[in-house]
Amino acid sequence: MKARFVFFALVTGLFSLGVLQTVQRHISFNIPWVPGVTRTIWNIDAKITFNALVNSPITASLTTPKAQKGFVQISQSAASPGYGLSYLDNNEQNTKKVQWTIRSAEGKQTLYYNIQMMVDNKNQKNPTADMPPIIDMPYSNSAESTAGNALIKEALKTSADAFSLTREILKKINAEEPSQNVKLLLSNNNDKTKLLMTLLNRAKIASRHIGALNLEDGRRRQHLQILVEVFEMKNDVIHTQIFEANSTNSIRTDNLLLWDQSGVALLELSGGEHSNVSFSMIKQEQPALSAIIQKTENAQLFDFSIHSLPVEDQALFKGILMIPLGVLVVVLMRVLIGLKTSGTFMPVLIAMAFIQTSLITGIIGFTLLVAIGLFIRSYLSQLNLLLVSRISTVIIMVILLIAMFGVLSYKLGLTEGLKITFFPMIILSWTIERMSVLWEEEGPKEVLLQGGGSLLVAIFAYFVMSNDIARHLMFNFIGLQFVIMSFVLLLGSYTGYRLLELRRFKPLVDQE
Amino acid sequence: MFLSNPFELKRRGILGMNQRNSAYIGRYNPRKLYPLVDNKLKTKIIARKANVTTPALLGVISIQAEVAGVEKYIKNCSGFVIKPAKGSGGKGILVITKVINGRYYRPNGNEVLLDDVQRHVTNILAGLFSLGGSADVAIVEALILFDNAFDGFSFEGVPDVRIIVFKGFPVMAMMRLSTAASDGKANLHQGAVGVGIDIKTGKALHAVQFDKPIKYHPDTNKELALLTVPKWDRLIWLASSCYEMSGMGYLGTDMVLDRDLGPMLLELNARPGLAIQIANGQGILPRLKLVESLGENVSMSVDERVQFCQKNFSQ
Repeated sequence: MKARFVFFALVTGLFSLGVLQTVQRHISFNIPWVPGVTRTIWNIDAKITFNALVNSPITASLTTPKAQKGFVQISQSAASPGYGLSYLDNNEQNTKKVQWTIRSAEGKQTLYYNIQMMVDNKNQKNPTADMPPIIDMPYSNSAESTAGNALIKEALKTSADAFSLTREILKKINAEEPSQNVKLLLSNNNDKTKLLMTLLNRAKIASRHIGALNLEDGRRRQHLQILVEVFEMKNDVIHTQIFEANSTNSIRTDNLLLWDQSGVALLELSGGEHSNVSFSMIKQEQPALSAIIQKTENAQLFDFSIHSLPVEDQALFKGILMIPLGVLVVVLMRVLIGLKTSGTFMPVLIAMAFIQTSLITGIIGFTLLVAIGLFIRSYLSQLNLLLVSRISTVIIMVILLIAMFGVLSYKLGLTEGLKITFFPMIILSWTIERMSVLWEEEGPKEVLLQGGGSLLVAIFAYFVMSNDIARHLMFNFIGLQFVIMSFVLLLGSYTGYRLLELRRFKPLVDQE
Repeated sequence: MFLSNPFELKRRGILGMNQRNSAYIGRYNPRKLYPLVDNKLKTKIIARKANVTTPALLGVISIQAEVAGVEKYIKNCSGFVIKPAKGSGGKGILVITKVINGRYYRPNGNEVLLDDVQRHVTNILAGLFSLGGSADVAIVEALILFDNAFDGFSFEGVPDVRIIVFKGFPVMAMMRLSTAASDGKANLHQGAVGVGIDIKTGKALHAVQFDKPIKYHPDTNKELALLTVPKWDRLIWLASSCYEMSGMGYLGTDMVLDRDLGPMLLELNARPGLAIQIANGQGILPRLKLVESLGENVSMSVDERVQFCQKNFSQ
């Protein structure tokens, strides 16, 4: 009784350990239960070109995107031969930069910076910076000053806060029939953004200009769109809105990556001239999972999982981690149903081959190989050979058959046939040998029974093992291995009848 | 209904494969004793020590070089059996019932050449019939001349008696009669007829072939109810004594009746099948439970155990 208790405690322990680990992984790493949920990732390149000045050390600092709502940074990298590279994240000044440095360079220089941003709608908090200082931006002459003040005064009358004031100013600047004041202001200064900034600063409204990137798949040589971010303090909370100087309404930031929020400059360059920064971007749809794994901040948390292995080895484990499911199917079939298979776990290996070949091709290939193998093997049994050499002959024969099938199907244009090489040859040879002996001893009926049983279990195992959801779960939640282990243990202690025994012992029940 | 009700099976005390494996074989058969049972040569040796009669051993062939010399064992006998020491499920047993001028005949009259016999021995040595394909030895045994009492009950083969001996108690018995369908073999799943035998009297109770009840032998049409095993008390006593000899708690003993030498042990089986229940028309579980209820440390002699069973398990 005590042994029984320990056993059930073990099973329950394994089961709950597995379930807990699985749920924990789901919650803390946000790994989805089902595969196929994709996340959008923007892969953006910034290209900096400039001409190096002779005999002058070069320092180029590019402002890079900060954390912002709607996006999560996955990775960044920079390419620039010969340059020293550093990422300068200054939390106090709230700037994020990448800096290239070199003692001397000649001619045209090209530097690349790449960043991957994942669209993440859950991330809605926008880390707001402090209010930018009000800068005293002088007008170029007194006439302008008068015109500007008049404009601000008019706008103030018809507005309630910083945002409506900005809208009023924009309406006036962008009016189809601009007023005299606006005409005067614009005549000296074509840049509406700069004009807006000047007016806002004059009106004691905190604002700064930002560079934003309009995200559009496959665009190249883009430049930053210059926008104006307007700040207002309401109830000790800083609110911001973003405006574009050429339109009256505030801009929606959905498809906008705020690249340069420094309010200073996108590129600071010393030791070079004629600089230019251009952007190109591509949109990638990635499974949510790989996106999460790429999130650099999660890197160390994944360190102890299979995800920390190189991609190639991960692919290997993807197959290996499915085997327990196939094994579970075999245990179920044998313990609960009572199916006979030739070789206990041979069906799992056949099922794994089916995954490579696809089901129909696999079944046809397997049946053909075994049938022809049995036919040739029946001749071998007359040769009075030792077992080892006979099995070896069968192995070579199977390989020849596989090669022949491959070539034949290729010539006939059936490329599907080439997949036959995925069958485990040694296993196949043993299957043929065993079935051949079975045929001689127990007749073709038993061969069909066991062969059919193996094939049936293999097909079941195939369906379970090739299921996308099952693959996703088994690979990402190691805890499920414990759950399966607890099931297998539990099945090992099942002493009830098998399904086929209910049929077998039926005469006993029927006799009276 | 295609299937029977599992609760009904349970009520009738029918032992299923899973329960047999975990509650009886796994529990009462120590793993280290399996070789004694799985290797027929070792079984023969311990049987000889325990004075349990077994068929005469004509020779043992254990290396390939001796295969050519198999003839010297079989030349001068009227019939013989060649079997692998570690064969399972009746695999690899070659029965020759007639030897005429160096020509060998199987029970069905087919001739077997010496070459075929040698090939068979080679196969045995290579491990074709043994569990896991490990190398094996071939045993050449004298043919059992079966008792006249079984005339007409068996077709081309030696009828044997399978007795389940649980902790030394002979709990259930059946006779296995070979048929044309079973090719002279006595395995029920190959088509042999199973006849449940009363533990007390040795008389037939109930008969099945392919798990279906039958009344007459399919080849000889002899009424199976008339079957009585002669020298039954000696036979069941021998079977019961295999417990001490082998140490196996849940044991299948295969006994044969030789016309001249009486009951003898053919082989032991550590994983006896469940078909004996169908042959007896009864579940074995109540009998096993009764023996288990005697407690762990029963020290009863073979006679006492046989008496206990004959008293309790007779129908």
